[in-house]
Amino acid sequence: MDFIKILKDIETIDPEITDRLNPRRAAIKNITSFGSKVALSALPFALGTMFKKAYGQTSNVVNDVLNFALTLEYLEAEFYTRGNASVAFTSGTGTNAPAAAALKQIEKDENAHVAFLRSAITANGGTPGVKPNFDFTAKGTFPTVFSDYATYLAVAQAFEDTGVRAYKGQAPALLGNKTYLTAALSIHSVEARHASHIRQMRRALTTSGVTGVITPWISLGANGQANDSGVPAADKNFAGEDNKTQGGVDVTTLKNSTGGATSLKVAAESFDEPLTKAAVLEIVTPFLA
Amino acid sequence: MKIFEKDDQELLSEEKGFFSKKLQRRNFLQYAGASAAGIALVAAGCKKDDNFSRGVDLGTGDIGILNFAYALEQLEAAFYTQVALTPYTGISSTESAYMSAIRDHEVLHREFFKAALGASAIIGLQVDFSSINFTSRDSVLGAAKAFEDLGVSAYNGAGYLIKSADYLTLAGKIVSVEARHAALIRDLISNGTFVGTDIIDANALELSRTPIEVLTMAKKYIVTEINASNLPS
Repeated sequence: MDFIKILKDIETIDPEITDRLNPRRAAIKNITSFGSKVALSALPFALGTMFKKAYGQTSNVVNDVLNFALTLEYLEAEFYTRGNASVAFTSGTGTNAPAAAALKQIEKDENAHVAFLRSAITANGGTPGVKPNFDFTAKGTFPTVFSDYATYLAVAQAFEDTGVRAYKGQAPALLGNKTYLTAALSIHSVEARHASHIRQMRRALTTSGVTGVITPWISLGANGQANDSGVPAADKNFAGEDNKTQGGVDVTTLKNSTGGATSLKVAAESFDEPLTKAAVLEIVTPFLA
Repeated sequence: MKIFEKDDQELLSEEKGFFSKKLQRRNFLQYAGASAAGIALVAAGCKKDDNFSRGVDLGTGDIGILNFAYALEQLEAAFYTQVALTPYTGISSTESAYMSAIRDHEVLHREFFKAALGASAIIGLQVDFSSINFTSRDSVLGAAKAFEDLGVSAYNGAGYLIKSADYLTLAGKIVSVEARHAALIRDLISNGTFVGTDIIDANALELSRTPIEVLTMAKKYIVTEINASNLPS
């Protein structure tokens, strides 16, 4: 095996390979030193390590992230597909056509995300995960999820806001990856747009039973708590959204528009917080049949 | 020739860096001997700095990307500050509250980047909102939509250029708030347009833009010249 030749071949496909390798530009030199110090049988492993350094992630890491995202998109897609077919979109004054259209749009987007992620995983040499069976009542927590419009929207909001947090939490695993990080971010912002709209729909409901006013962004709850959704069962979905420390800076010490101190409410609203994969799976588990 | 005079002044007062660059100096001198029309052309060419290689230097690496974000947040904060100061005709109390809230978010984003960047932060940019009619709801919301959609596409497009996981997460924390704003503004213009085929593709993936594409679109609103030539790509 001629490793120098292999690297050169790769360079013709990926001219930046030498730049990606660590330490930069000394990559070829490294090969030589590997050659002198590492037994021939260990070379493929050494090369594999170098590629891991070069691209930051193995395809397995990328596919793990994509499959995790796929699980969440399966959840959302089926939620809207089933819900939109059964929930009566009324707001006390008759059929709410704009609401039905908006939810149909979101259903379409989530199904497109499923199709995209499945093809992306396959293209990246992985196997798309199988769609789980879902229980959208979350084991009886939301028994009227597909019969009561307000409950349907409350669960939708929890899913969208949590989806945003989940993608955000996975971004570092895709660090520097132009293709997959950009794709993940491009789904992330669409989920945030959905969340914004669902929140506006909940605000428009007169029978939502929500204390205080729902905003398009995650604010503080009526009692200053991190969960502003008015749904106590969703506390875990919003845990930590009252964070005020960003990049080591307590942002409430920064000036607001009038030169005064920034309020905790504005601090919470201005930054959406990530969730770890473990935290997301804990939230999603009750929805698995 | 008014335009020429203006450009000449700017060249002399602001663009000292221009003369220090050998190649450009040579180009300049080469054209300096030409006709007045020729000089005007060069000056106009310099003013129309289409590749963002002169002016306030955003810097390199992650600092450069953070300064790029800081520039956009400065623009948004200045815009909503003006909207809150001079509300458009017929603004409802709900919309007024929304505009004030978004202003608060954008001001905090701006102040956060300024604090986080410290000595590496670029200067405060001079903005130009002369194309916006602040008394008109359509004009203000139209501009807000442009700023918010542009901001989201900017963060989406610059994410992979960030080397630090912490900075990437910070950018992620901000971009989703911008997307929430964007959806709201679009819904205020026409309910149900929170996503649309102008910003998402057939896979329902949102648009992303390179820093140069973003700066090109933002240029109309920013007087200060920005040098993005040292940004990672």
